[in-house]
Amino acid sequence: MLKVSHLTKTFGGVNAVQDISFEAPEGLVQAVIGPNGAGKTTLFNLISGIYAPTFGSIQFRGEEVAGLAPDKLARRGLSRTFQNLQICMNLGAVENVMIGAHLQLNSSLLAGLFRWPGVGAADRAYRERAIEWMEFVGCEAYVGANANAMPYGALKRLEIARALAAEPKMLLLDEPAAGLNPTETKEVETLIALIAARGVSVVLVEHDMKLVMSVSDRVLVLDYGRKLAEGTPEEIRVNRDVIAAYLGGEMAEA
Amino acid sequence: MNARLLTLGAFALFLVLLPLALPNAFYTDVVIRIAINAVLAIALNLLIGYTGQISLGHAGFFGLGAYGSAILTSNYALDAGLSLVLAALVASVIAWLVASAILRLKGHYLAMATLGVGIIVTIVLTNEAAWTGGPDGMPVGDFKLFGWAPSGERQWYWIFMALLIVVIALARNLIDSPAGRALQALHGSEVAARVVGVDTASFKTRVFVLSAAVAAAMGSLSAHYLGFITPGIAAFPHSIELVVMVVVGGMASIWGSVFGAIVMTLLPQALTKFEGWETVVFGLILVATMIFLPRGVVPSIAARFRRKVV
Repeated sequence: MLKVSHLTKTFGGVNAVQDISFEAPEGLVQAVIGPNGAGKTTLFNLISGIYAPTFGSIQFRGEEVAGLAPDKLARRGLSRTFQNLQICMNLGAVENVMIGAHLQLNSSLLAGLFRWPGVGAADRAYRERAIEWMEFVGCEAYVGANANAMPYGALKRLEIARALAAEPKMLLLDEPAAGLNPTETKEVETLIALIAARGVSVVLVEHDMKLVMSVSDRVLVLDYGRKLAEGTPEEIRVNRDVIAAYLGGEMAEA
Repeated sequence: MNARLLTLGAFALFLVLLPLALPNAFYTDVVIRIAINAVLAIALNLLIGYTGQISLGHAGFFGLGAYGSAILTSNYALDAGLSLVLAALVASVIAWLVASAILRLKGHYLAMATLGVGIIVTIVLTNEAAWTGGPDGMPVGDFKLFGWAPSGERQWYWIFMALLIVVIALARNLIDSPAGRALQALHGSEVAARVVGVDTASFKTRVFVLSAAVAAAMGSLSAHYLGFITPGIAAFPHSIELVVMVVVGGMASIWGSVFGAIVMTLLPQALTKFEGWETVVFGLILVATMIFLPRGVVPSIAARFRRKVV
């Protein structure tokens, strides 16, 4: 599904991501962990086309996509959420989800201006679909709300609903549990499992180790922009490098 | 949606009945000017309020349309309808060139670029006296279509009011469509819009071209209506006036733009009794509006009203 080889990104002499290679197979949950500043978000921004790599290759569904713009990647079935929420506060909650279906609807300006036959009907039909996505992620209570009236935890899930509305083949989740309480984190854990069960491949950046260890099939560990280890959660749990470099005491508890 | 049609219908009915209450041609002229400004403000609001891109040179496109029509009809004896379309096309091409160069950059570069375009248009209109009559301006002939030309305020009244209604309806359509949602989404979060597949540069360019084309077409019609135009219609103060209509009336609010046009057209007339102080009073009113109704008059009041209902 996703194959990253020798990926490197430098910011004015700083190697944010250095020679990283890994593969995220289809239908699995791949976690990316590492201390703050390890390059996880940079890696995400490279994969989702927000940054162009300095060096290296990204293959998505067998095609080279390194350096492609995010909207081009969306067309190929890649969607993502953001660590620091990127919600359109000027729109309603449902509209935020509906924007996820941008590529499935007729988005020509003329069609919109003159309400081409079918455009209005398709839009109304999609609204129902968007509400279903909100139910799926568990924020159906906010169907009629404006985005700026929603609490943080619900916005995190609304972002996932928007990404899912794009019907991606692969979903990148950037710290979906950041800032959530244990109950909400548990709900996100269940949600990720549900998404994977639908056949969507998931790549997950997360600091909550309990979440990572329980939900992911594969774990990639980064440190200082380099790959430190890779393997199943069980392998990572006992990997000496990982324990020494980063997990330490926290792992012993888990 | 039905409530929306009802509002528009009520507004149309109001415009139909309004002439009965207008005592003379002066008042009809004032209402026509409001309608022209309202259409311009709505077109600009699509760009500023909904898409979050600022144009400080929209009067430039208005002027291009006005002078385009004036020159093509009088110097080249071209059909008035064709001239309007050609003038709007020229404005669109210029808008497209500016936008494709600028809108790939993030930030408010469009504001600077459009500021430049407006100034260049004004300079050209002022200096190319052989075509434009220079600073003294030039006369514009009738808007002759199929052998008929509107004459007198009353006939123009119906044309401009019909246009206003159509533009409000089209703008509402657009905002509620997938395209309109994409515009608002890229305003709310550009990166979020991009990762779900919105080609943000293309959308910004297209809405800018649309907005400029509407301004140019209105410029053409206004020129025929006024019968005489000067480079001042394309100048920076006029551009700012249009932006103020959008901001005072309310960003991302169609009725706000209509309200902004009413205020910005009537207020200067109403303030003439302050003799010499009218600009100061005018400025104070604008500042007070922005302090007490920061989202613009219509959205602020609408929000307050909604809160009381709930």
